[in-house]
Amino acid sequence: MVQEKIEAANKKVMEIILNGQPTLLDIGVAEEVIPQMTKKTILHAGPPIKWEDMSGPLRGAIIGALIYEGLANNEKEAVELASSRDITYDPCHHHNAVGPMAGVVSSSMPVWILQNKTYGNYSYCTLNEGLGKVLRYGAYSDEVIKRLKWMENLLAPLLKEALKLHGPINLKIMIVQALQMGDEGHNRNRAGTSLLIRELVPFLIQTRFDNKDKVEVLQFINNNDHFFLNLTMPACKSTMDAAKNVEFSTIITTMARNGTEFGIRVSGLGDRWFTGPAGIVDGLLFPGYTAKDANPDIGDSVIAETAGIGGFAMAAAPAIVQFVGGTAKDAVNFTLKMYEITAAENNVYKIPALDFRGTPTGIDIRKVVETGILPSINTGIAHKDPGIGQVGAGLVKPPMSCFEDALQAFVEDLETKNLI
Amino acid sequence: MTRINELFQQELKIINMGLESFNENLKKQNIKTVRVDWKPPAKGNEKIISLLDKLK
Repeated sequence: MVQEKIEAANKKVMEIILNGQPTLLDIGVAEEVIPQMTKKTILHAGPPIKWEDMSGPLRGAIIGALIYEGLANNEKEAVELASSRDITYDPCHHHNAVGPMAGVVSSSMPVWILQNKTYGNYSYCTLNEGLGKVLRYGAYSDEVIKRLKWMENLLAPLLKEALKLHGPINLKIMIVQALQMGDEGHNRNRAGTSLLIRELVPFLIQTRFDNKDKVEVLQFINNNDHFFLNLTMPACKSTMDAAKNVEFSTIITTMARNGTEFGIRVSGLGDRWFTGPAGIVDGLLFPGYTAKDANPDIGDSVIAETAGIGGFAMAAAPAIVQFVGGTAKDAVNFTLKMYEITAAENNVYKIPALDFRGTPTGIDIRKVVETGILPSINTGIAHKDPGIGQVGAGLVKPPMSCFEDALQAFVEDLETKNLI
Repeated sequence: MTRINELFQQELKIINMGLESFNENLKKQNIKTVRVDWKPPAKGNEKIISLLDKLK
């Protein structure tokens, strides 16, 4: 009987996930558009965490954000402020937002504004800074802060105006196309970024900005294959948020990491986090770095896998193995394995190499625990020390304890309700 | 000749489940096998199996 309730709830959750229509609406300023955002609020990736427990890259990104906001003049002042009670830390996920790697969002940062048109809920994400020495990997040197200011003062206003001229962009359709062009939507976003540029250019050239500014913006996007990541992430976030809080559902609606812990949330268990230690990423490191330099797993970008793309769509992106390691056959096998732990095959995200089979979508905690198969996640690798940045990319798995703890809580919840 | 001996007189079609080392030993002898990647539910963890059973 309880099994029927679970199956019905999961069916409803899967309908919500598959019917989501993530749509790009606008660009705004974090403090003005993100719920409960203040000048002294810092949002971060993953489950809740205190300053004293944060890893190097998250601390580095917070130091950079405080300098960027003018709340501190240098690293020393920033560390003093960051460790005081004056700053409120909260997960992006508690504010309808997501952030890659450290995922730090502060009040002045420009953010993409998305809406799930089917269910009306919004999601937010910062704009992607590029690779290497960037805030989201924990770097906070002058060049990092200067780039963030440029993004605030030119990139965002110019794109905002282009978007206004264009009107809303259906991101689901764009992600569908990107998957058919060799992206998996997490660690390979070359096709998605290209599609976005193609869509925006006719409107971008009509903006009131100088040609020099337009060229600068287009070159910045063109030089950053991950530019589209900060749109796939909130697209997945708005899709999954609509499926939260469905009683009796065992489908995961959030997976996220803060560099210290990996956390999940389950639709039928509300906003409770189930956490375990963040894993070490197995992948390719940039020249000059070794495994000892790598920070444990970090970032909200695993919302991609939660929604059925990223590592779950690896078979669509054989070229990604040059970035994360392994063979093209491994990429296919990663996807095939994920069908064992998911509730459905995606109705629109399809994989050409698998005869257009839908991607494995909707992770069921029961299946993860029963099969012992953990979700496969594509991700970047941050240096463990603040101030350095990205040192590689690869694959990582979450700790099994999160899923076991969630299952136990699910059973206890049903016992409390006298249903089992 | 017993039936078990008859079995070994013909070409065997071998499916390996569970311990992979059995499969490796056969492969070293150039014997064709099909490997099934099988593990006991919840890797045999009785506490977790009892939780899963409660949901069935």
